Amino acid sequence: MTELAEKQSAPAALPFLRFELAPILIFAAFAAAPAFASASGAEGYVLSLLTRVMIFGLAAMSLDLILGYGALVSFGHAAFFGIGAYGVGILASHGIEDALIQVPVALAASALFALVTGAISLRTKGVYFIMITLAFGQMLFFLATSLAPYGGDDGMTLATRSLLGGSGILENDFAFYWATLICLLAAYALSRAIVASRFGRVLRGTRENATRMEAIGFQPFRYQLAAYVISGMMAGLAGCLLANQAEFISPAFMTWQRSGELIFMVVLGGLGSLHGAIIGAAAFLLLEEFLPEILHAGSFFLNDDIRWRLTENWQMVFGPLLILIVLFVRGGIMGLLRRGHHG
Amino acid sequence: MAETLLDIRHLRKNYGALAVTDDVSLAVERGELHAIIGPNGAGKTTLIHQVSGMLGSNSGQILFNGEDITHWPMHERVRQGLARSFQITSILPGFSALENVALAVQARSGSSFRFFGNAAHERDLNEPAMECLNIVGLGPRAQVPAGLLSHGEKRQLELAIALATKPKLLLLDEPLAGTGHDDSQRVVETLRRLKGQTTIVLIEHDMDAVFTLADRVSVLVYGRVIATDTPERIRSNAEVRAAYLGEEEVV
Repeated sequence: MTELAEKQSAPAALPFLRFELAPILIFAAFAAAPAFASASGAEGYVLSLLTRVMIFGLAAMSLDLILGYGALVSFGHAAFFGIGAYGVGILASHGIEDALIQVPVALAASALFALVTGAISLRTKGVYFIMITLAFGQMLFFLATSLAPYGGDDGMTLATRSLLGGSGILENDFAFYWATLICLLAAYALSRAIVASRFGRVLRGTRENATRMEAIGFQPFRYQLAAYVISGMMAGLAGCLLANQAEFISPAFMTWQRSGELIFMVVLGGLGSLHGAIIGAAAFLLLEEFLPEILHAGSFFLNDDIRWRLTENWQMVFGPLLILIVLFVRGGIMGLLRRGHHG
Repeated sequence: MAETLLDIRHLRKNYGALAVTDDVSLAVERGELHAIIGPNGAGKTTLIHQVSGMLGSNSGQILFNGEDITHWPMHERVRQGLARSFQITSILPGFSALENVALAVQARSGSSFRFFGNAAHERDLNEPAMECLNIVGLGPRAQVPAGLLSHGEKRQLELAIALATKPKLLLLDEPLAGTGHDDSQRVVETLRRLKGQTTIVLIEHDMDAVFTLADRVSVLVYGRVIATDTPERIRSNAEVRAAYLGEEEVV
């Protein structure tokens, strides 16, 4: 490269470093949380809430990989949640309780489902892609409701969490928390590597201008399909974790509302930054959890009846709040943080 | 050794009853710069679309480098050495100029199913890309996001991207479209340098550029080739003057 080019790349490295602060802070916060959980007195509650946040963060991040970097709006991503969860549940009900078998089987099933549905869906574009992924998601949802031996509509309670190499260590909430954090961190590192790699560059290029990519000799379909499979497997892993966290599996894991929530988390956190999706998931779930209490505390000046109604119908505030964030904070929460740095 | 690199035989493209490409036969020889001119709506861009693979053909044949590529998809034609630029600028606006070109280098060098290693730091991609940028004079602007380049610079970037695919044949669809005087001088200069190294098919409205650069000129009117000859003879061809140049000279 010329000297000039190197000189110009130097200032560009600065914001890069600044943004790297966000993922470090996120993972540091997750790593420090168990200590606070012990101190808070509501250890079980805090741990299980944060474990859920990480699991949804993992699923949202997997969606961000194809949505943010590939502009593929998959409206059936919860299906992979379901495959992961049912993979664990079905194997467990047949006496195969070790995660070392359950997880690879669930991931293989996710990959297969992604390969087949992706190969069909990716032949369409835009709103048709959205509809067809939705249709595949619903197909799996109705399949799950009809699986009578595995609980059908009602779902099925798992007897125990998965074993890990024969040991029941995951029964311990702390151990399970750390296992989830390790999965999230590994998936994040993998996703970051993929985005920067040759493969990721082709994916990002296709998002910007597919015709141009074909004109220089790429066949976008192959790359999009591979990305779809990788993303599906990550969401499948999140499903395995979710089944273990809830110790329960249910068709409700893969409703289209769940798929919509995942898209919302990604957009809320900021498209195309990976850790943004984790922040989005955290913001979504924590708001969902605490908004009723916040509303209750914040409306002290109202009379008790209105206060009670407001708290009861907290979703009336939740919805508009999310819409306002998406409308007025371009780039989601990550965009807000970035702007804060510049300001 | 006038060897034919691109051989178009009786090519047709209809939209209903409208024949946009009407029995076009055209031979482009290795090493020449072959210009295609014609009034607006003559079907020049459609012809380029058909040759590059963006559009199918209703009948006829396209032979490239001895192979029948009539039914090949676009990406395979590119791998065979057929590159094109677009009349309406087609770049990746969010990528730097260098990355735009590096992607084209990547397309022809090794697998892109590599999930590790930062592609932006690969010397094997960046160095050939930088060379292409220097050829078109965009070297100093390598790190600028392509979307922020001026219109003229984007046209040059298109040229650099096409060059980076190491083409045997370069299809250029109005590379001067919408460029100011200085920019178009620069592009003409670049084409003059490329001429002889690469076979070029040039569609262009700028007659000065066409007549200074071209070895041979084909005139397309209403989807038909009415003449193919040297620039001098095309200038004096009565039919061509009537169909095309006449209008220009009146202006």
